[in-house]
Amino acid sequence: MKRQIKVTINGVGYSHEVEPRLLLVHYIRDVVGLTGTHIGCDTSQCGACTILLNGMAIKCCTMLAVQADGAEILTIEGVAKDGHLHPIQEGFWEKHGLQCGYCTPGMILAAYQLLQRSPNPSEAEIRHNLEGNLCRCTGYHNIVKSIQYAAQKMAGR
Amino acid sequence: MYPAQFEYHSPASVQEAISLLGRLKDDAKLLAGGHSLIPMMKLRLAQPKHVIDIRKIPGLSGIKEDGGAIAIGALTTHYAVESSSLLKQKCALLTETAGTIGDPQVRNMGTVGGSLAHADPAADYPAAAIALGAEVVAEGPKGKRTIKVDDFFKGLLTTALQPDEILVEIRIPSWPVGTGMAYMKFPHPASRFAVVGVAAVVTADGKKVGVGITGAGTKAVRAKGVEAALSGKTLDAAAIKAAAEARSPQQGFLANEFSWR
Ligand SMILES: Cc1cc2nc3c(=O)[nH]c(=O)nc-3n(C[C@H](O)[C@H](O)[C@H](O)COP(=O)(O)OP(=O)(O)OC[C@H]3O[C@@H](n4cnc5c(N)ncnc54)[C@H](O)[C@@H]3O)c2cc1C
Ligand code: FES
Ligand code: FES
Repeated sequence: MKRQIKVTINGVGYSHEVEPRLLLVHYIRDVVGLTGTHIGCDTSQCGACTILLNGMAIKCCTMLAVQADGAEILTIEGVAKDGHLHPIQEGFWEKHGLQCGYCTPGMILAAYQLLQRSPNPSEAEIRHNLEGNLCRCTGYHNIVKSIQYAAQKMAGR
Repeated sequence: MYPAQFEYHSPASVQEAISLLGRLKDDAKLLAGGHSLIPMMKLRLAQPKHVIDIRKIPGLSGIKEDGGAIAIGALTTHYAVESSSLLKQKCALLTETAGTIGDPQVRNMGTVGGSLAHADPAADYPAAAIALGAEVVAEGPKGKRTIKVDDFFKGLLTTALQPDEILVEIRIPSWPVGTGMAYMKFPHPASRFAVVGVAAVVTADGKKVGVGITGAGTKAVRAKGVEAALSGKTLDAAAIKAAAEARSPQQGFLANEFSWR
């Protein structure tokens, strides 16, 4: 039996009838139409599908849409504000934190949570906190630099 | 990949969830953080006809001191354990263990109760729970009962929980001030599950010792031989080496059998 769910994504309210087995990532991409959230592995490993659910970074390929009923969601499409890149996005631009860009939305949302929890992380802390996000291109060095750039910018330095 | 079809239930209380379990029996699965169950459902290794979502039932998460023990609600996430200042102060073994599970995203969703109830032979908490001498509180149609951790893990993905019982709380007895505790894990490079993980708790006077091992068999076990070889000894290099060799012979290493991890 289908279920009615209500969620807020990037500040906009949505309400849909969904099958209980619909994964949250498919809901976001195929029902709502926000395709910035990627599916990399589909097996909870790669983090390409990372979003913030009530402020927590989660892999939405490993969650049902019905579990998210009532939640506030932030996806990559909601990270820039008023046409201005978020400092984390700017960091990835300035420090070449991406090549193909497939992992980038997930990386940015994982970094978003990290900088909320720890505004001035060490390099080791950044690497440790990206354990749930795989990148096949960059070798991670520039991703770390991008996040360091963002941390400095957000601290007003 | 997506799961086979199922009916979704979201009971508002533990009692309601228990009566659903009683009615739907083997066709039903509880859903907590979903980070073991949903991957299995996507692979169709699990195809429950009914899924009972308990994640939003109030009162089942949180960490508090309760009559000399520390009580951890079943729905407490790995992240809440990892970042708990009460646990850092009173039971650092659990914060350390929680911090080694998966990655930050997994720790935001996965729950203590889900991990213990799932009883993955490579899960991290079981080793810590055994070393600490934890108790598991289960609630069923006849009320609550307490299960000692040594009686809880029965085998591969099997526990002492009855089909109509819900794990509601984990209780950690208090250990004296100055007790040393540590969890060391050899993580699988891809999944980060423990190829083998060892938790050890030793009081300052060396008399009381708890050692739990995960990943090395079909279920986590108490390393009784190691405990006996350590207790009451001065912990110098020779004593520790002798203790490490005292693990019981049946504790072979099954890493090859579990290559899917
Ligand atoms: C990428 C990835 C990496 C991981 N790495 C690790 C790791 O390194 N170490 C580790 O230990 N774990 C790891 N896990 C597993 C993770 O910790 C799970 O969250 C945990 O094992 C299950 O908890 P859950 O709340 O998600 O349970 P669920 O998946 O919701 O449930 C698991 C099982 O337990 C039952 N259940 C859940 N809650 C209860 C309850 N309160 N009472 C009775 N039955 C219940 C369910 O019916 C189900 O059968 C990993 C998972 C993923 C996806
Ligand atoms: S697609 Fe979700 S973790 Fe890879
Ligand atoms: S930039 Fe290509 S996967 Fe990360």
